[in-house]
Amino acid sequence: MRGKTFKGGIHPPYNKQYSKDIPIEVLDGAKEMFYPLSQHIGAFAEAVVNVGDKVFCGQVIAKAGGFVSSNIHSSVSGTVTAVKPYPHPNGTEVMTVVVENDGQYTTHESIKPNKPLEQLTPAEIVEIVKEAGIVGMGGATFPTYIKLMPPKDGEVDCVIVNGAECEPYLTSDHRVLVENTKGVLDGLKIAMKALGVTTGYVAIEDNKPDAIEIMKTFAQEYDGITVVPLKTKYPQGSEKHIIKAVTGRTVLSGGLPSSVGCVVINTDTANAIATAVTTGMPLISRIVTVGGDAIENNKNYKVRIGTPISFVIECAGGFKKDPSKIILGGPMMGTAVSNTDVPIIKGTGAILSFTDDALIETASSKCMRCGKCVEACPMFLQPFLLGAYGKKDDIDKMKELNVMDCIECGACSYLCPGHQNPLQYIRVSKLKIGKAGKK
Amino acid sequence: MNLLKVSAPPHISTKNDTNVIMLDVIIALMPALIVGAYVFGYRAVLVVATCTISAVLFEYLWTKLMKLPTTIGDLSAVVSGIMLGFNLPPTAPLWMCIAGSFFMMIIVKAFFGGLGQNIVNPALAARVFLMASWPTRMIAFVSPFAKVPLISKIDAVTSPTALSIIKNGLEGEIPTYMELFLGNVSGCIGEVSAIALIIGFVYLLIRKVISWRIPVVFIGVTGLLSYAFGGNNGLFTGDFLFSILSGSLFLGAIFMATDYTTSPMTSLGQYIYAIGCGILVFIIRKWGGYPEGVSYAILLMNVATPLIDKITPPRKFGRRKAQ
Repeated sequence: MRGKTFKGGIHPPYNKQYSKDIPIEVLDGAKEMFYPLSQHIGAFAEAVVNVGDKVFCGQVIAKAGGFVSSNIHSSVSGTVTAVKPYPHPNGTEVMTVVVENDGQYTTHESIKPNKPLEQLTPAEIVEIVKEAGIVGMGGATFPTYIKLMPPKDGEVDCVIVNGAECEPYLTSDHRVLVENTKGVLDGLKIAMKALGVTTGYVAIEDNKPDAIEIMKTFAQEYDGITVVPLKTKYPQGSEKHIIKAVTGRTVLSGGLPSSVGCVVINTDTANAIATAVTTGMPLISRIVTVGGDAIENNKNYKVRIGTPISFVIECAGGFKKDPSKIILGGPMMGTAVSNTDVPIIKGTGAILSFTDDALIETASSKCMRCGKCVEACPMFLQPFLLGAYGKKDDIDKMKELNVMDCIECGACSYLCPGHQNPLQYIRVSKLKIGKAGKK
Repeated sequence: MNLLKVSAPPHISTKNDTNVIMLDVIIALMPALIVGAYVFGYRAVLVVATCTISAVLFEYLWTKLMKLPTTIGDLSAVVSGIMLGFNLPPTAPLWMCIAGSFFMMIIVKAFFGGLGQNIVNPALAARVFLMASWPTRMIAFVSPFAKVPLISKIDAVTSPTALSIIKNGLEGEIPTYMELFLGNVSGCIGEVSAIALIIGFVYLLIRKVISWRIPVVFIGVTGLLSYAFGGNNGLFTGDFLFSILSGSLFLGAIFMATDYTTSPMTSLGQYIYAIGCGILVFIIRKWGGYPEGVSYAILLMNVATPLIDKITPPRKFGRRKAQ
């Protein structure tokens, strides 16, 4: 089985063997649950509960604060004890609704199954997805309902479920594909109906043969859905590169996937869509991989959103070695956190804790122009030059070298034999250019 | 619990550091060194060792003098030193090895900014410097198994290389293909055995240190041009095998032309560079003053590399050619 792929990329040690065969366990919530008002790209949500209010599972506690924004729901039943700034995974403090969990998990009265899919119109589906607060759960957290609205700039003709999961250590999507195959396919079918398309793909890297096999068996009962094995390579799960691999189409610089007729949704997102449409339950939990060389037990958990990561780590047996870094998400693109009070939010796919042995090293030698970064860059940029001009803060030259096309996959920084970390300079320049553009 | 580290991603990196890559190159050079030592005796080892030790020492002294962080740990000086030794005849006096090392490490490398900044291959530039300064000592080749004395004054009978026999009509027996392939010929320490160099090449390919492009295209172009235009009896009468096995073509194409710093980045650029090297070697061998042209060919293409890089950038994902 030789999967489709793109040009460039890297092969880091995937280290998925630790948790890929561990079935998903369902975790209860912690005593105190934290719901930051920003769990998505776009405007903050606005809190609609006050201190002292009684809340229930699935109840809206914050309303979308704009077009690109999302509702936030309580994942437990209990009492609102505070609405205050609280540490957020992104390193800042963000206004957060704190709920004391009563341990009952009573469902809110508004949660009831929707009409069968056959009777739902595309507009109704979009509305359900919007109300359910579903965002891209691969980490980008873009509100999903916007993707499901037919775009103005072109015809969409296919929906791709992104089951690549190319980041090392992560196995949450893998477990969902294997254990909740039907949910993923239902979610894809619903998304296809919302967009009025008849072609759907489930794209899975070929290091998950069990997932490909079970998906192929189940997909036979769905019209127009094909399972596409992909070659195992990082960053295969990048939106532009999965489109390239599956359809052969190239998203032009600055373009959206819809400009080439594609909509890409994450595995767990598809599952969340299916749950919301069939049961009416909004997005209140997600699958999280717990791993890394400092953790006692590797796990795949179904975690209620808002659970502090310290609680999840304790459930996994705590640390066996003192961690020097804790990462939310994968080791290539995830966020390092400074403390374990931060909660699981909608985009948190993993909690990885590492000792120094597993981590990136600091700069050890100068750039010797080996060209490994150029060969690996999936956007065909020249990271060594971007790094050099970035150091000199030469923004014009950076623009000329198409720095804004960088998808920040980190392949260049991973491969650099001198650990020059060109991505850091690229990121700083992109921020500067972005700010200058807003003025 | 300790304070947690916080940094931007990526959080992991390859263990394939600069010194690991350099160590791979050193390992790949070993077969050729062993053959050199076998064919030319301990004297060859002494020459290579002198070059290597003095190269490391010059790099160390330079960083101390300039108050820079010491860079000898990246092993690039060791690689340069071995390469320089490989490019010398086994009769080379030790003071000449040290002079070559000085030129290589200080003038070619350190003056231009150290690792990754030099514009030409340091070992080759040093070889050319020695050629210009002490030409007769640089071509004092000896026949294989000539027993060069280790320390005492060297007056072993010199023996011309296969290429100079042909080019300059010198007296001597033209070696067979098998002798050229195995290394039973006169020449520089590291260049004599094609098979030893090919073993190193295969190792570098397996370890993904270099790609096949530059060596294969370089050697192929040289061989084809020699075959097509190198013969004395008209077109396509040249000797393909002889042209690629003789001289320092394998050493140059596998270990010198592939130097990261002085070769192009993209595959298209590498093809242009390798073809250029091949053409230049043929031209110098055919019409130039020297019997061997590999060093000059690579040096000339080294200085063309920034230009090649400029005209062959990778085509950006999602950008049309016109942009």
